Amino acid sequence: MTHFDSIGRDRRSRGSNPAPDSYYGHPIVKEPVWELGIPIYFFFGGLAGASAALALGARLTGNARLARNATFAGMVGVVASPPLLIRDLGKPARFAAMLRVIKVTSPMNVGTWLLNATGGGLSVAAGCELLGILPRLRDLATTGSGLFGLPFATYTAALVADTAIPAWHEARRELPFVFIGGAASAAGGAAAIITPPSDAGAARRFAIAGALVELAAGFVMEHRLGLLGEPYSQGRAGRLTRLSRVTAGAGAAVMALAGRRRIGATAAGSLLLAGALLERLAVFEAGRQSARDPRYVVDAQRRRVAAGTSRGASTFAGLPDERETLPAAS
Amino acid sequence: MMRRPLPVVERPDAWPASYGDEARPRLGFFTDTTLCIGCKACEVACKEWNDVPADGYVWTGNSYDNTGGLSANTWRHVAFIEQDRPLHVAPSKARLREAEMRDGAAGPDAAPLRDRPSGGAPRGDGYPPPDAPRGDGGEGMRWLMSSDVCKHCTDAACLDVCPTGALFRTEFGTVVVQQDVCNGCGYCVVACPFGVIGRREIAGSKGVGMAQKCTLCYDRTKDGLEPACAKACPTESIQFGKLDELRERASRRLEQVVARGFDGARLYGANPDDGVGGFGAFFLLLDEPEVYGLPPDPVATTRDLPSIYGWMALAAGTLGALVGLSFLGGRR
Repeated sequence: MTHFDSIGRDRRSRGSNPAPDSYYGHPIVKEPVWELGIPIYFFFGGLAGASAALALGARLTGNARLARNATFAGMVGVVASPPLLIRDLGKPARFAAMLRVIKVTSPMNVGTWLLNATGGGLSVAAGCELLGILPRLRDLATTGSGLFGLPFATYTAALVADTAIPAWHEARRELPFVFIGGAASAAGGAAAIITPPSDAGAARRFAIAGALVELAAGFVMEHRLGLLGEPYSQGRAGRLTRLSRVTAGAGAAVMALAGRRRIGATAAGSLLLAGALLERLAVFEAGRQSARDPRYVVDAQRRRVAAGTSRGASTFAGLPDERETLPAAS
Repeated sequence: MMRRPLPVVERPDAWPASYGDEARPRLGFFTDTTLCIGCKACEVACKEWNDVPADGYVWTGNSYDNTGGLSANTWRHVAFIEQDRPLHVAPSKARLREAEMRDGAAGPDAAPLRDRPSGGAPRGDGYPPPDAPRGDGGEGMRWLMSSDVCKHCTDAACLDVCPTGALFRTEFGTVVVQQDVCNGCGYCVVACPFGVIGRREIAGSKGVGMAQKCTLCYDRTKDGLEPACAKACPTESIQFGKLDELRERASRRLEQVVARGFDGARLYGANPDDGVGGFGAFFLLLDEPEVYGLPPDPVATTRDLPSIYGWMALAAGTLGALVGLSFLGGRR
């Protein structure tokens, strides 16, 4: 086909639509307006939630030192989270606006309540630990935050999956596992850094298991998604994905081989924390990349139409002899 | 002091039931793109009436479209698409002409416009280039124009995911952002399958840092007026009214344009069983939706919420199991 259109103009120039499957290559869905603080919050939220759960496990098995240290590690996540969210919203009062309703259809709203429950419980438990008072209240708070911590460490995956961003929405099965894996490796890693190895066995195992879940879920996700897995492996997101996998993998290996020594645990924990953070950044960036390219929206939806599973937004009713070349929606 | 309990919202889309006697007939737009002349009066009227700030004077080079697309500061957007195909096809004639051209028996009607004296002889300045495809009687190019707008979906993902309840459904079944409630979280921006809603970032304007989109002129419809864009449209390409009446009118219009040989005519968003439960603002298009920058099979993301929460619950349970397993080994 020639490069010139019917009025003799270069088809490759901007004046004519270069890609017939899109409108001048413009994105169809909007790229997130969220800035870097949001994926960093995903990391800290995961750290807080999984640390709260680890603290509960330690408390139930009578490992007081690990329970206390995991509570403190969780507090780091709890303290870091609101400023990151408020920074994105603009002012503190806007955070409070999310607490005017309980809205089940909004994972963000649900997550805000989970943050409050987990953060509140962890704060009470940490306060009791620091002051050495009210052990029963401390245990109650640890129990509450440990239970709420499980969904709190996971909900951010539901939050991004519940969007029109193709690489996020279509990854709704695996993303929660990627996120809990990262959360566990971060929480286990952090606790292993600040806890003497003689008390940190569970933290090390938690960290290694988490890293393995994170890596496995990431691989499964990328391969199941096919075309929509591309954003996870290409460009900036691809570099972040590879870096996070190398870091998390190395962290798990060092933890397994040298985690019983303080220096080994410190190195491994740091690598695992970095790997978990990088993974959230990679997922975030992959979503942005998939939003930017209309191909990811159009191709996936076209395939639905071709497979006859379209829900029929576009009802073609053109000329009968053209109908066979254009998919008719039911 | 009595405190009202927090409202628990399970399904915010409860229209018209939640309005009871105050529910009004559902209002919407039928945008008939076959009538659009690309004047952009709708864009201007919308900006004027709704006090939407300017968003820069940009020359895109993309036909006559210097607006780009819908955003926080553009609630109506006219798309311009130039195509190498005729606007009308009288199928039998076209087929006939094609056959004649192939057989080398083309009559004078089939000669390319610019080769005819009245259509402009080759100018001798190398334009058009010799390898340019020849037209077919001046009908070889069509210019599609379409005024895009918020679809006011029956199942609106933006409304579902809004964590503050700022987005709500009006008594007319339309979807509107309450500026005094919106906290600018940006969740609706990524939830919209059409990329309609945006967060306003222009300093010095009203509602900065808050979600902005078409309100279907809620202030005007409350007073029985039609929205500014429909009022300003000189060709009635933008038709405003009760949604069920518009759907009827649109199917009659579709039959009409198909009978007149408009190539590729179809309704987009008129099907109440589609992925968003039907649009409140739907379209008569002349090509695939993606050609206009519209998704071919939009689905409200919250339709998958049961599965999203299901996988989340499974993962949260797995996290709990990982904690349990970690404590099975020894303390060291």
